[in-house]
Amino acid sequence: MIEFKLPSLGADMDEGKLLEWKVRPGDTVKKGQVVAIVDTSKAAVDVEIWAEGTVFELLVAPGETIPVGTLMATLLEAGETAETTKRTPRPAPASKAAAPTPPRRGPLPRAGVEGAVPGRRRISPAARKHAEELGVDIDTVAGTGPEGSVTLVDVEQAAAATVSPARTAAAPDKSAEMRRAIAAAMSRSKREIPHYYLSEPVPMRRATEWLAKANESRPITSRLLMAVVQLKAVALALRKFPEMNGFFRDGAFQSAAVAHIGVAISLRQGGLIAPAIHDVGEKTLEQLMLDLTDLVKRARAGSLRSSEMSDPTITVTNLGEQGVATVYGVIYPPQVALVGFGRIVEQPWVENGALTVMPVATASLAADHRVSDGHRGALFLAELRDLLQQPESL
Amino acid sequence: MKEEELRAVVIATLKTIAPEVEEGDLRPDRPLRNQVDLDSMDWLNFLIGLHEKLKVDIPEADYAKLVTLGDVLDYLKVKLK
Repeated sequence: MIEFKLPSLGADMDEGKLLEWKVRPGDTVKKGQVVAIVDTSKAAVDVEIWAEGTVFELLVAPGETIPVGTLMATLLEAGETAETTKRTPRPAPASKAAAPTPPRRGPLPRAGVEGAVPGRRRISPAARKHAEELGVDIDTVAGTGPEGSVTLVDVEQAAAATVSPARTAAAPDKSAEMRRAIAAAMSRSKREIPHYYLSEPVPMRRATEWLAKANESRPITSRLLMAVVQLKAVALALRKFPEMNGFFRDGAFQSAAVAHIGVAISLRQGGLIAPAIHDVGEKTLEQLMLDLTDLVKRARAGSLRSSEMSDPTITVTNLGEQGVATVYGVIYPPQVALVGFGRIVEQPWVENGALTVMPVATASLAADHRVSDGHRGALFLAELRDLLQQPESL
Repeated sequence: MKEEELRAVVIATLKTIAPEVEEGDLRPDRPLRNQVDLDSMDWLNFLIGLHEKLKVDIPEADYAKLVTLGDVLDYLKVKLK
């Protein structure tokens, strides 16, 4: 029996609303197939499955809002039959429209927690203070800490969950929801990740001249943007600096074998989303341009795939587009680094002992001190700078 | 193509990229990309849209000439002659 659970589609997601099943019981599914469309606070996402089998039961109905990790469907493995397989009781929906109090929700129920005696609840002073700040009734918060104690995280999750009844009862205010989701993820980042920041001016003459020449002979429909040149350079630099590329989870860092780069895309209605382009280091600039064009289009249209939402091993932001010189990024957990590019500006530059005018872009790195030090970060930026001096080899 | 028609095509193309654009709010003498918040991908898609609708070729070297809405209209007028 294969269990298909609602995956986390990013650090800022704790629940999702099933919009549509793309499969029916009896259908066979392949790895990577889209089986459902789930609405998150950021976008409707095509959720893929990473197992092969035959759909047995669908346990969640369209319209239901469920927490991450909820069993959504069961599938039969090869060799299993419906006759030999037990049916699964349907899980209760996470939140109901008429719920008068915030639903009690923890990250995952732990044994013994629910049995904690009311009236003798342990509440950390920080949690109590934070609950007051957030306007959360501390007595309604489920504790998931030791002996059922209420922790800071519980309070924040309860605060986030208070939006649920309104969401299902009234027309959803998507932009407020997205802001809340971004706030939750970024708060977590700033609370948990000891960031350090570095920046390096990168001479861009070679890259801009090379790109202009490359685009000269291309029809407008296949021209390249500097963004893809920068993305490729980041991916290649990461090969030598695996400590910038991967996930920090459960107290340990695990580097990723390839670079799935999350590209920060601002949405026109406000907000931000950073879905991944997969295997950036292995792709040509032409392919990356196609991928980026497609990704931006789908991000804006709200049709991203679950792997794009949950896979990024690092994020690159190009706020230089909006005219800023330097970006000081906030790392998107569980990632451990964010690379920013500022706008390309002409500035005085000394080259071979002579003063010249140079187009320069400032590359910046926000990285996680639990995993790397500034020394390695500096070497990473130097590698990135050097790679951008040889655009033809990207 | 008449000037009004050309303008309508340009605005319609812009709206495919930035649906929130109100034509009346656009100042013809101010940089278009700042007014409409177009990043380089949006800008490229805008020019691809014009290229496809009007069958004009817009070399990258000409991008620098296309700053305001007025610039874009003037440029296209010359190209379409």
